[in-house]
Amino acid sequence: MSKDTHVDVPHNTVGATGESGRVEAEGARAGESSGGAMAVLRTSAGRNLGLVVALVVICVVGTVTAGERFADVDNVLTILKLASVIGVVSIGMTFVITGGGIDLSVGAIVALSSVWCTTLATQTMAEDTHWIVMVLAALAVGAGCGLVNGVLIAYGNIVSFIATLAMLASARGLAELMSDRKTQIVRIESFKDFFGAEVLGIPVLVIIFAVVAAAGWVLLNRTTFGRRTLAVGGNPEAARLAGINVKQHTVMLYVLVGVCCGIAAIMLISRTTTGSSTHGNLYELDAIAAVVIGGTLLSGGRGTIVGTVFGVLIFTTLGNVFTLNNQDTSTQAVAKGLIIVVAVLLQQRLASRSNTA
Amino acid sequence: MSLRPIHKQLGTSLVAGIAVLSLAACTSNASDSDSDSESSGGTSQAEEGSNDEAGDTVVIGFSAPAADHGWMGSITESTRQAAEAYDDIDLRVAEGTNEVSLQIAQVETFINDGVDAIVLLPFDGAAMTPVALKAMEAGIPVVNVDREFDDPNAARVTVLGDNYGMGVSAGAYICEQAGGNEDAVVAEIAGIDSLPLTQDRSQGFEDALKECGLDVDNRVAADFTVEGGEKAASNLLQAAPQIDYLWNHDDDQGVGVLAAIESAGRDEFIMIGGAGSANAMRAIQEDNSVLKATVIYPSTQGADGVKLARLLVQGKSMSDLVEIEVPRTVQLYAPVVTSENVDQFIDTAFES
Repeated sequence: MSKDTHVDVPHNTVGATGESGRVEAEGARAGESSGGAMAVLRTSAGRNLGLVVALVVICVVGTVTAGERFADVDNVLTILKLASVIGVVSIGMTFVITGGGIDLSVGAIVALSSVWCTTLATQTMAEDTHWIVMVLAALAVGAGCGLVNGVLIAYGNIVSFIATLAMLASARGLAELMSDRKTQIVRIESFKDFFGAEVLGIPVLVIIFAVVAAAGWVLLNRTTFGRRTLAVGGNPEAARLAGINVKQHTVMLYVLVGVCCGIAAIMLISRTTTGSSTHGNLYELDAIAAVVIGGTLLSGGRGTIVGTVFGVLIFTTLGNVFTLNNQDTSTQAVAKGLIIVVAVLLQQRLASRSNTA
Repeated sequence: MSLRPIHKQLGTSLVAGIAVLSLAACTSNASDSDSDSESSGGTSQAEEGSNDEAGDTVVIGFSAPAADHGWMGSITESTRQAAEAYDDIDLRVAEGTNEVSLQIAQVETFINDGVDAIVLLPFDGAAMTPVALKAMEAGIPVVNVDREFDDPNAARVTVLGDNYGMGVSAGAYICEQAGGNEDAVVAEIAGIDSLPLTQDRSQGFEDALKECGLDVDNRVAADFTVEGGEKAASNLLQAAPQIDYLWNHDDDQGVGVLAAIESAGRDEFIMIGGAGSANAMRAIQEDNSVLKATVIYPSTQGADGVKLARLLVQGKSMSDLVEIEVPRTVQLYAPVVTSENVDQFIDTAFES
């Protein structure tokens, strides 16, 4: 759990002043309370202005340089499919970061889930029964890893950075042991058919991402769970005094991101038709980058699902535009770094303007 | 493959002359059947006077990086098999490691133990050079495998794969298939772009294509993983709506590349793989995908290293050559495997 108890975001002014009894309800209404002229900037479209601009710029560059190949429906679907896997992980990451923590083990959990649910034993069981067994296995592994992370952090009082760093190492190590570092190929055709299918021209993977994002938005913005997450992230001490079971809530956040990793593992298995200990490499950095440029505060207390979705789309579209133009990965890495800096600077300017209003 | 450092300029080690030999095929003789039946391999069946006839026992120390991908796993596996085939080889295998300091300590232990020869596939060729020199100075011949030292005096024999040659073989195969069509669209999916081995492969590919008036129209880099291959290929297929030939540097990432191709429903081109995994060879054998060929980067180099070390210590020569001494450098060939010759190679292929 974050030791960072100072709060400098308008959303959390209520919690910070210590009017503990009302922290939950006020936290939800904080957006409106300082209202007035800045209301526009507080809508997600306004707050995400910098991101919209960045994405539009990338799309314009793509259309100008690659023309029809970029604007093509197939290409847009390719971008969305590529964004789905890391997107689902990033939604989970948004919750953890909003709650004042961090999860460095997401990539390793994706790898372990993907390996566990494609072992010979699991696949044989799936063959005898139904492919849903593989899905359940992946979700269970993800949730289990998340539970371990959460318990270590909340009840073991290990800093989230360290606890999940340990999980990063051991989950990937376990994945290597289980798979003997071999690539495990999926034999279950019905599994591949289901997740590889399209509904009304939209790939199932993209639909899963959309559903997870929508569910995440509702959970964060429209439920007690979401309000508690903001409160815990903004000021854990105030949240505790307000009667929130901070420890239990922290555990739930890590289980949530673990489940997201399980879902992502299933999607990745479907895309590559394999489970492997090399899956999900550096997802932690990609997810954190997407979440942070999206506008979620790294210190917790403020989170935006819409921003995260934009963040993911920006990076994925960028990669696509570079490949369409036959550019190498090094140039792409430079551009990625620049975008992170520019996006965060833009966010800060907008945030400080709304603060002074 | 998936690792760093490696091949410095060949130049320095060329001094003593190069023997470019295709040893890949030779080693297949000493494979499964021998070790499985525990017939104690070559020695008991060896003809009198042949190189395989048992001699004085040779203690060989072997150290390689961690087996973190199929190819590297196969290096150690095939080395063990080659050693088991001989009664007169006592192979000591150090635990595979990607830590340079640990690998240096392993070689130092070999020196202290007074082994007869050391076969070394360094994690980082430059970093292992001083300790290899130390072994040579102590009178222990070092056989350097795959990733070169930066001092030619640090090894008695160097066994190398041919990354540039892989590119050349892939390019030449495409030229042959294109049959003079200079408009053919050629795409390339590379491995990790910052590695010299990737640059060598791409250079060879480009040079060979130039011979028949072709060039690489679309190129992307992946990272030797299945996931990376899938991502790179998905984008590439959008970048190039019509492809005639596609070379993918590595069969491990090739599993992902094939998944992306299938998901995009593309089949208008011929795909050529790289490295030579058993997966890829089975696909070539079945002939039901776009993958029609692969270019081998032998995973039996360590086995060759052990065999050469044994010859060195026993004072034997490579019997098919006139030379009395074992050559200084052995560079392996990068053959193209197609459905026609896949049966010859599939037994020595590595499981990815």
